[in-house]
Amino acid sequence: MNESWLLFKRSLSDFWRIFRRNRMGMTGAVLVLAAVMVAVIAPALSPYTPATVIRDEAGRGLTFAPPSVHGPLGTDDAGRDVWTQLVYGARISLTVGFMAGFIAMFVGSLLGILAGYFGGWLDNLLMRVTDVLLVIPDLPLMLVLVATLRQMELKVSPLTVLILVIGLLYWTSTARLVRSQVLSIKERQFVARARAIGAGHFHIIRKHILPQIMPLIVANTVLILSTAILIESGLAFLGLGDPTQPSWGTMLNFAFDRNAISNGAWWFYLPPGLAIVWVSLGCVLLGNVLEEMLNPRLMGHHLEGEARVVKTEAGRG
Amino acid sequence: MSRRDYLLRKFLFSLLTIFVVLVINFMLFRVLPGDPVRSVIGRNVRISAEMQASLREQFGLDKPVFPDQFFATLQQWAGGNLGVSWSLRQPVAEVLMSKLGNTLLLIGLGQVLSIVFGVALGLFAGWKRKTSFDVGSLTFSLIAWATPTFWLGIILLAAGSTWLGLPTGGIVSPQNVGKPLYTVLPDLARHLVLPTLTMTILYLGEYMLIMRSSILEVLSEDYILTAKAKGMSHWQVLWRHGLKNAMLPIVTMIALNLGFTVSGAIYIETVFSYDGLGKLFHTALVRQDYPLLQGAFLLLAVSVIVANMLADILYTTLDPRVKAN
Repeated sequence: MNESWLLFKRSLSDFWRIFRRNRMGMTGAVLVLAAVMVAVIAPALSPYTPATVIRDEAGRGLTFAPPSVHGPLGTDDAGRDVWTQLVYGARISLTVGFMAGFIAMFVGSLLGILAGYFGGWLDNLLMRVTDVLLVIPDLPLMLVLVATLRQMELKVSPLTVLILVIGLLYWTSTARLVRSQVLSIKERQFVARARAIGAGHFHIIRKHILPQIMPLIVANTVLILSTAILIESGLAFLGLGDPTQPSWGTMLNFAFDRNAISNGAWWFYLPPGLAIVWVSLGCVLLGNVLEEMLNPRLMGHHLEGEARVVKTEAGRG
Repeated sequence: MSRRDYLLRKFLFSLLTIFVVLVINFMLFRVLPGDPVRSVIGRNVRISAEMQASLREQFGLDKPVFPDQFFATLQQWAGGNLGVSWSLRQPVAEVLMSKLGNTLLLIGLGQVLSIVFGVALGLFAGWKRKTSFDVGSLTFSLIAWATPTFWLGIILLAAGSTWLGLPTGGIVSPQNVGKPLYTVLPDLARHLVLPTLTMTILYLGEYMLIMRSSILEVLSEDYILTAKAKGMSHWQVLWRHGLKNAMLPIVTMIALNLGFTVSGAIYIETVFSYDGLGKLFHTALVRQDYPLLQGAFLLLAVSVIVANMLADILYTTLDPRVKAN
């Protein structure tokens, strides 16, 4: 136990040594962490709540006030502070995105491992299901599902519906990736040896297969997160968010529906979009770098000239 | 497996997928609260209890849901009867058909432009890997990927209408509504600029990334090294051995992307009030017009599935390795 912990710590510090020199990866990590920080300390960043209406001396609501009148990001159509909505919106957007992403990761990894390890009809079934999900256009399917689920008067919040629908539709790529990795790992010598000395399936999966594929699952999850956050913003923009808990997508839905564009209220429709790009770009950068560090096939090609240097330490990732 | 078997398999798989879509569509329709009779005659029409009962019988709603109702519904759908829209009070199939052309125009233009530019840029970026051009185009496509479609649309809408005086919505100006589109081409073109631009920017990045990684993979194959060793110039290698092999994934990706394209159309048409299927989908969603929503979903899903199958067939004629397998 102690030894494997030391080994883990060493590979982690190896990883960090390479990672911190990767500008793209570090940028991604900083973008994501900054957004998470904002979400956590949101109340400390603003004296108002998202629903507070800002009023002038006469007591009238300040509608569409530009940043020069009410800082730092002006007010919306109802006179509410845009900056406050933005920092509180981070909580909703990130929560929905992360929860959906983790559901997708969990379902995808579980099914991928089971299908890859046990094969047979289970594998066949899984591959057919992912094939089918892959060709059905996702947005129309999600819109129909969310709309119907909301109509059914279930006792769950609109955000839970969003999380479940996104999470339960986006596990397919993870499942395929994990499955293919498990397929190749289970043929290796050390698995055969473990089996020969009588190790059970659960033990082999937990001790020999999971540690091998975990880094790839992590990288894949970070990529799924960006998709989940983008999809959430899209569904919310189309009016399927929770108006009482506005995410960035819901803010854009309000801005678009209430004529922020024709009113020239750029402070209302630019910041939420930038925030979405900020987080999803962060996740993509981070995820791509992690994947690249862990996937040896993406390392170099033959027309690149002689200057190609293979960094010896990069291979260990 | 011979090519015929392969195609047969693909065909059967498409049928299966369409069947799944039909089942989803049917089930969602049934779990909605309220009386299904309402979905046929509209929500706000007042009718007597006897009338309702006789309608139930007429539409077979007194029979068990499965198999009787299911197959009756399938039969209706197959005959092109998708019900009547609650909000528009028109047959759903008619409404859908009237919008289909506009959406195909937008998707077609956007896809052709983004494929042409995306393939060219991706090829060049992959070849000149790690140059500033590569880094620049990679940065662009990453940012494009991370940008929500509708938000880019909103920005282009605001910028284009303010600074370029481009129209903010619709497919033609109000005075030209109802005229055949080919008689008002300049007006139509002005209305198409921003939606097409939005679609091109977004999907261009995607095709560029796919092409770049595809050409990178091809260029790291050993036969490229062989070709280079034979003394062929980089251009020759790229043209004869690189492009052709790297184009294959693009064909599949075009087909797979169709689903995303449909999603893009929903956002873009909503933002630009472009009178197509996507906007219709959004209208149906906002007005909770379920027959329309289900009909639109059915049409979009089935077209994407069929297009995917066609792409598979095309793929087998393009890639000799598939034939051999």
